Amino acid sequence: MKRLKWLVPTLYILFLLLPIYWLVSMSFKHTNEILGGFTLWPRNFTLDNYRTIFTDPTWYGGYINSIIYVLMNTVLSVAVALPAAYAFSRYRFLGDKHLFFWLLTNRMAPPAVFALPFFQLYSAVGLFDTHIAVALAHCLFNIPLAVWILEGFMSGVPKELDETAYVDGYGFWRFFIRIFLPTIAAGIGVAAFFCFMFSWVELLLAKTLTSVWAKPIAATMTRTASTSGYELGLLAAAGTLTIIPGAVVIWFVRNYIARGFALGRV
Amino acid sequence: MSNKVENQKGWLFVLPVVLLVAFNAVIPLMTVVNYSVQETFGNNEFFFEGVTWFEQLLHSSRFHDALRRQLLFTGMVLVIQMPLGVAIALAMPRRGPWVSVCLVLMAMPLLIPWNVVGAMWNIFALPDIGLLGRMLNEIGIDYNFTQGPVAAWVTLVAMDVWHWTSLVVLLAYAGLSAIPDAYYQAARIDGASAWAVFRHIQLPKMKRVLTIAILLRFMDSFMIYTEPFVLTGGGPGNSTTLLSIDLVKLALGQFDLGPAAAMSLVYFLIVLVISWLFYTLMTRDEAEA
Repeated sequence: MKRLKWLVPTLYILFLLLPIYWLVSMSFKHTNEILGGFTLWPRNFTLDNYRTIFTDPTWYGGYINSIIYVLMNTVLSVAVALPAAYAFSRYRFLGDKHLFFWLLTNRMAPPAVFALPFFQLYSAVGLFDTHIAVALAHCLFNIPLAVWILEGFMSGVPKELDETAYVDGYGFWRFFIRIFLPTIAAGIGVAAFFCFMFSWVELLLAKTLTSVWAKPIAATMTRTASTSGYELGLLAAAGTLTIIPGAVVIWFVRNYIARGFALGRV
Repeated sequence: MSNKVENQKGWLFVLPVVLLVAFNAVIPLMTVVNYSVQETFGNNEFFFEGVTWFEQLLHSSRFHDALRRQLLFTGMVLVIQMPLGVAIALAMPRRGPWVSVCLVLMAMPLLIPWNVVGAMWNIFALPDIGLLGRMLNEIGIDYNFTQGPVAAWVTLVAMDVWHWTSLVVLLAYAGLSAIPDAYYQAARIDGASAWAVFRHIQLPKMKRVLTIAILLRFMDSFMIYTEPFVLTGGGPGNSTTLLSIDLVKLALGQFDLGPAAAMSLVYFLIVLVISWLFYTLMTRDEAEA
């Protein structure tokens, strides 16, 4: 039994890869081949679908939009979460526990509930269809998450570090930026990873808050599906390309992903 | 916890976070509360309705059905994903080059945009051109998720297992990695069985991460929208219309703002109450142990 243990993760990974294989293989087929019959691998291997995406600005523009608001959101969420997490891990202040819990409740708000009010709010303040609107909206669930993860990492750093630095004559901000942040670099990486991830995969709010100029790639896909019939090959190629940024990011943080949530406090 | 210093300046540190989240949470929530007690006939004319919408909602069979489907879905998701995730984490290698390979491959589904997940499973499961659908029909199973409610449910749950089990695996694996080798050596000397090791060493050590896993899986599966919307669109009929799908139909499809707002509040409240129950139940045990 011990010897067969490797089978379990192997079978699981195989199960994970099957739908991805199907998507990728479809992206190399012409739509005619897809609809014409069942082929396990592309008979007439083609790069046309990818060529279309990289030459048509409505397609590649979607990627650029998505990447812009995801990066904005990641930077913003982590930047404001850092001092907040520090306060939660080091200080006691009026209402700190309630505040922490209130923050987490925002992670429990169904996006469907907020779709319409968000549309009205961001239209009212004149931010509708801008990257910053989506980046701000995603703060709703990413800031609580970032605070939660960072607080866990910061609580793991002994308080003596802070005290020694003050004794050595460091001012607060100099200590925070020069000494404290490098100490929890792994935590910042993990928090940024999760912010990137949840902002990248979310579509309902991103779609609601944009129409032309900041439209995410995922929304471009749904539009294409409805207007130009079913361009399955093209859709599959666009889908395949959305997997790549995530895969790249995972590779960089692979040694820390598992620790991210484990160190957060429940 | 006890060695924290009393410092009201903490508020200055959390102020940016509070402002940003409040902008996103409090204003929209107030909008929803506002709509939930009013009736509109367009032209921005509103009439106070009191609790009419809430009463209507609580007696609406449409809401009851959607809630029942939602509970069934979340229940199935938790019952399948939690044990499966723990089992896979237990079977994973502890060290060596394969760990990274496993973790990276397993994390892949988590980073695919949700509508792509739905679209991918749609073309994967289509009975005529999908790999899964074609295979099932080849071996003689009559399978068509666009026609049969049972097939639609199986596909929906399979998709969610595919999408999210890895999160449970990652968390459980993180919990397992934190167990010192000395524990296992002691267990070996005592001649403990694999089950005893699991029951008395691994499970208690994983408890904290599993609490997080259950909470996250509960919240996310209860709020799921995009994937089932793309995969089945809530059909066939209404058989896979979960709460979020129903809510969006009501709010953006029919533009019934009042009833939709009332439903939003009840929906949010259900998530909050159940999460809080989970949380207190699990942390209370911890305090006793």
